[in-house]
Amino acid sequence: MSFRIVVLAKQVPDTRNVGKDAMKEDGTINRAALPAIYNPEDLNALEMAIQIKEKVQGAEIFVLTMGPGRAAEIVRESMYRGADAGCVVSDMKFAGADTLATSYTLSMALRKLAPFDVVLCGRQAIDGDTAQVGPQTAEKLHMPQITYAEELVKVDAKNIIIKRRLERGVETVSSPLPCLITVHGSAKECRPRHAVRVMRYKHAAAPNELAQASEMRKAKVQADKALQIGEWTAADLDADPARLGMSGSPTKVKKIDNVVLVHKEAKRIDGSDASVNELVKELISTHIIG
Amino acid sequence: MNFYSDNEALKFHLNHPQMKKCVDLRENNYADKDKFDYAPENFEDAMDSYDKVMEIIGDISANVLDKNAEEVDHEGPQVIDGRVKYARGTQENHDVLTQAGVYGIALPRKYNGLNFSTVPYVMAAEIVSRGDAGFANIWGLQDCAETICEFATEEIKQEFLPRIHEGKTCSMDLTEPDAGSDLQAVQLKATYDEAKGMWMLNGVKRFITNGDADIKLVLARSEEGTRDGRGLSYFVHDRAWGGVRVRRIENKLGIKGSPTCELVFTNAPARLVGERKLGLIKYVMSLMNGARLGVGAQSVGLSEAAYRTALKYAGEREQFGKAIIEFPAVYELLAVMKAKLDAARSVLYETSRAVDLSKTYAAMVNEGVKLTPEQRAEMKLYQRNADMLTPILKMFSSEYANQIAYDAIQIHGGTGFMKDFPVERMYRDARILTIYEGTSQLQVVAAIRHVLNGNASKLIESYEQEEVKAELKPLREILKRMHAELDKAVETVKGMGNDELVDFHARRLVEIAGYTILGNLVLLDANRSEAFRKSAEVFVAYGEGMVQRHASFIAAFKPESVEFYK
Repeated sequence: MSFRIVVLAKQVPDTRNVGKDAMKEDGTINRAALPAIYNPEDLNALEMAIQIKEKVQGAEIFVLTMGPGRAAEIVRESMYRGADAGCVVSDMKFAGADTLATSYTLSMALRKLAPFDVVLCGRQAIDGDTAQVGPQTAEKLHMPQITYAEELVKVDAKNIIIKRRLERGVETVSSPLPCLITVHGSAKECRPRHAVRVMRYKHAAAPNELAQASEMRKAKVQADKALQIGEWTAADLDADPARLGMSGSPTKVKKIDNVVLVHKEAKRIDGSDASVNELVKELISTHIIG
Repeated sequence: MNFYSDNEALKFHLNHPQMKKCVDLRENNYADKDKFDYAPENFEDAMDSYDKVMEIIGDISANVLDKNAEEVDHEGPQVIDGRVKYARGTQENHDVLTQAGVYGIALPRKYNGLNFSTVPYVMAAEIVSRGDAGFANIWGLQDCAETICEFATEEIKQEFLPRIHEGKTCSMDLTEPDAGSDLQAVQLKATYDEAKGMWMLNGVKRFITNGDADIKLVLARSEEGTRDGRGLSYFVHDRAWGGVRVRRIENKLGIKGSPTCELVFTNAPARLVGERKLGLIKYVMSLMNGARLGVGAQSVGLSEAAYRTALKYAGEREQFGKAIIEFPAVYELLAVMKAKLDAARSVLYETSRAVDLSKTYAAMVNEGVKLTPEQRAEMKLYQRNADMLTPILKMFSSEYANQIAYDAIQIHGGTGFMKDFPVERMYRDARILTIYEGTSQLQVVAAIRHVLNGNASKLIESYEQEEVKAELKPLREILKRMHAELDKAVETVKGMGNDELVDFHARRLVEIAGYTILGNLVLLDANRSEAFRKSAEVFVAYGEGMVQRHASFIAAFKPESVEFYK
């Protein structure tokens, strides 16, 4: 019996550690200055995928990532932690995609991958924070979806029960499979890389990476299918070009303002009673307090 | 945070020129590559795997062990119905490391091990210790598997070793209420039960680290009527076989995460490891040497943690209008801490390489490989160096860990005395390091032979033959003077013609040898990398002072004055 779990994972700039070079003059992200990382909630999703794999006999995990060629790093990272295989969906035609075009692309990739039983992804990516891609992808595939998943309660070949993290509590829901699940950051953190898996899968490579690889690595990848990371372009997906990338994206960014907070009206007061009195009076008179 | 990748010194030692030889030999021409899909293809591939696995351990140490350390220190383990329950954090540390597949790091692949060389194995222990020195004991006890691997039958190996990788823990059950430093006095009784075909253990063990482990190695008296070490054999016990109860756990000054147990054995079944009567003489000595290397790693890891904490605080804390690190009294303290740390780490990995090569050669001989005459000579040399360096490492690194933790509190001032900062825990954790696995005094006993018979002097000569850069030549000259003082002091003490006086001065002699060896090692490190230049200057100056102090004491000593010390 085969049971396929697909994890949608994204490589993102590490916006949590933003230095002064994080933004270019025109207000766009300076990707070169930010390290590329595994989107944190996608790692929660990967952990849940591994938990499902541990519970369902014969299950395998396939990681799908959309991005530039170097996103193969995401597939390898997933393999280090428990994924079995993966593929990079990469094409210049995908560039500039908003959530609509992205979810269309991913849904076409998933159609190509079908059949599958569970699709997992992070609730949202830290570079866009939209939380739209998962739900839109499920809609396009006419699949049930469970969002904000926090804990896997039970899974078998036909059904899944998930605890969801909501604003004011938790909700336990059940869904028939296949279904798509978006995983919340409060779910269990992803397990570490596994030493043996790292030593094995560090050689894994996508075709675009093999060009510069050592002969040893080329030979290893060629000899072992498990080390071959897939690479799909727009042509492989049988997709409508008008719905891809910039042309498939109704969201147009007209202008980005670089908001710089300056404390030009800041006032410094010393700690004396007189100064504090003065300040309180001023705050009351301007109706900020009182 | 990552406790491997944030520390350039680790990469430096991992990439020592001698590693090529260590790894080539250990991997036996990379013969496993066709049998295991994770075995390296060649030296570069093996080194790359070492690097990647150290990174995993560095990540876990920084983000799990270190984060849990304070809570574990407060909570500690408990005994419930004769069983140990770890503190929550301890259990999590162990579970995460198990999930990362890093247990069994030095075991052969056929037993689910990673077959790593001793150097990355020891480095892993150092990295773990920086996160939580107490937890390092639970991690380090996988050393027991090394002993099983070296001496047990294939059947026992097949039964026990693959479980290490799955996270089964170990303990080495040696000490008893009346047998501490003197293990010849062990009384726990082993009798052979013909009907069951098993040995039965009865008696009490005390101060057993991680005493409720899944797999226990137990030293017991198998030869009735004997009273010394020759009546002792070595046994392996599986917790699932029953018969061992944890009577209590000790309430300790430090390393609170690691449970120290008193155990009662009541007809506990066990199987013999190796040959009868060689328990203490051969197997425990081997296990002990491994454990001493482990304490070296633990000491260096703890020193790194304490030094970093102190350095950070000294840069942030302002008094008299500036950061306290700008005051000579503080920056000198820090420089000496760093120099001791660098020197201790250097001897840690020098010892690891000697242990690695001698063990690999020994394993080859065990498997029936015929060594060339050059290989045999090398095996002897590395065995001798490993025997000599292990006690020197154990003594110096553990004493330094205490000194560094002490100074780290000093730099923190009153704040460091408070429970709010981690240095007070490090200070308490450090205290056991000079005691267990043989006190510093016993390390002197193990090392003095090599100082008296000239082995130490020969080792130092071999260091002196390595060419160094012009700017380091003045340091080389100082080290040569220290070496001359060593030879002179050895002759003086030998000339006293009295064993008691040799024992009386033994520590001074071993220390003189130690300062000279450590000084040479840091010098050679500085020769390879500018990063160690300051530490070389500071350590050699400090070491010379210590050598002179001991040398002048010995020179001025009148044999009859020994009576004043009684």
